[in-house]
Amino acid sequence: MHSLMFFELARRNVRLHWLRSLLAILGIIIGVVTIVSMGILGNSLVLAISDSLSSVGDSIIVTPHTGGMGFGGGQSSNLLSDRDVEQIRRSAAPHVTIPVYSGSSRMKIGSEDTVGTVYGLRPDDIPILLEVEEGSFLRGSSGAMVGATFAEQNEIKVGSRINLGERGSLRVVGILKERGMGFDINPDFGIVVEDQWFSQAFEQEEYNQVIVKVKDLNEIEEVKDSIDRTMNRKETVVDVIDTRAILETILTTFGQISTFTTVIGGISLIVAGVSILNIMLMSVTERIKEIGVIRSIGTQRKEVRRMFLYEALILGLIGSSIGGALSLIGGYAVSMVMLQTTEYLFVPSSLVYIVYGVGFGLGTSLISGFYPAWKASNLNPIDALRHE
Amino acid sequence: MEEAISPECDGDTIIRFREVTKVYPLPGGDVVALEKVSLDIGKGDFIAIMGPSGSGKSTLLNLMGCLDTPTSGNLCIKGRNIWGMSDEDLTVLRRDYLGFIFQQFNLLPLLTALENVQYPLILKTGSRECRERCIDVLRAMDLDDTLYSHKPSELSGGQQQRVAIARALVNDPEILLADEPTGNLDTKTGAAIMHLLDDLNRDRGKTIIMVTHDPSVAEYAHRIIRIVDGKIS
Repeated sequence: MHSLMFFELARRNVRLHWLRSLLAILGIIIGVVTIVSMGILGNSLVLAISDSLSSVGDSIIVTPHTGGMGFGGGQSSNLLSDRDVEQIRRSAAPHVTIPVYSGSSRMKIGSEDTVGTVYGLRPDDIPILLEVEEGSFLRGSSGAMVGATFAEQNEIKVGSRINLGERGSLRVVGILKERGMGFDINPDFGIVVEDQWFSQAFEQEEYNQVIVKVKDLNEIEEVKDSIDRTMNRKETVVDVIDTRAILETILTTFGQISTFTTVIGGISLIVAGVSILNIMLMSVTERIKEIGVIRSIGTQRKEVRRMFLYEALILGLIGSSIGGALSLIGGYAVSMVMLQTTEYLFVPSSLVYIVYGVGFGLGTSLISGFYPAWKASNLNPIDALRHE
Repeated sequence: MEEAISPECDGDTIIRFREVTKVYPLPGGDVVALEKVSLDIGKGDFIAIMGPSGSGKSTLLNLMGCLDTPTSGNLCIKGRNIWGMSDEDLTVLRRDYLGFIFQQFNLLPLLTALENVQYPLILKTGSRECRERCIDVLRAMDLDDTLYSHKPSELSGGQQQRVAIARALVNDPEILLADEPTGNLDTKTGAAIMHLLDDLNRDRGKTIIMVTHDPSVAEYAHRIIRIVDGKIS
């Protein structure tokens, strides 16, 4: 019941000085909205990135050593021979080893000319790496499967013909499901053909890269080391990377960016805290005599302390809850502007930032209230009573 | 709070000073506000403390009000020696046994008249089931019912002092301490307030200790203590 009375006193004081209370609340609102919007933006960014990256975290990619990092296609001088592939297969066993040809070629689709990436894969390996959206997987040697984006851009349908000039002509048997950006192959922007057809058409015997699918993620490190030991015994012949490590690095980087932006939000909350500290100190100074009176008629120090803490709590509670509500709108706005989508807004990992924001808002307000409350409770009642 | 009576505080007196000295350490040297004051106040006394400014009247009242503790000597309030008591215990003593009446009324501006009276009772009992009792106390102060919901700023000086006396009485303390209770009131209102205090002393046996400059106010008291330069003369 004591508490109710002190809460009531605090509430009335907040109302009496409504303008400065409002300003302090505004500060908290801005702080909470910033921290939450930034948090949501960062989180949406991470989610968006990881969604657009092919989620394969279970692959090891072996590419010929070029001195630098170059994955994908195009190094005609440095390739992996059948012997290399066999060695990799043995050291990676029992995991599936998929040798990949890749190159690029001019293509004529209908009357349109374009350039696209061409991947040569053994028909048996294709279902392991890719999914089909429409049509079927490769069976014969003169068929092709087309990446989702490539198909869309060039209006390719199942049954369309793709002419690769003197290399030959292919009939589209299937459209691939969109895969997202990958570290191994990016078939979204190209076509997939049978390995033997590729070898003949591009006059290339050796492979551009080998993908090892590791069934158990815990073995990734072990398999990677095994390949590295076998292949790079004397000199570095191949580069061995695993997609999970890359994925983790990228996500960690974006996570750090997101933390950084949230910290900026946090700074604005500290500023809001300082303004609460300021108005609370003002409130204490204005009410020194009142504090003297309530102390002299039997109010304990801790009760005075509580009264002022309630005041900070009220400001924090109002500011944080309004801020929490507004930050949904704020988060919506930043997501729309920065990512053109709000699909990452209403997910738990984004919404949890509202909880954080409101929590930090309340915490900041309370911490800012401690010193003024302590100051008020430690006034000497006689001096306080005499204060004019 | 009902603890054993300290041996040095034994006796009939409700307030007892024994060689009480109060020294305020100041940068320019110590100031002796009270010097070896000995004084007994019995239950039901009505006492006026008079003396020039800076003579130690306020210090005496602050000590009786447990707002301050003596530098040396024994000070007993209701049989308890307050020397060395914790702030928390002194606060409880003030809340339960002492009523304060100030020259400037000192009502809490955020609270209505009735709420001002309820405040100490809620502090003591922790319960809000005290409305009836507080209204009774206010009624006894001859305050119009319609004023109970008014804020202090909407009340006249006399009305504010009546509310303040009601606030001092609500926990039924045995001792009322009044610091120039009529100092901010006109003569007529002041006289009415003094009648009220007189009734409280006479009819309800409250012990009243009052600091005043005004000889006509001091006449209400049974005994006048004159204090000069920190000593009772």
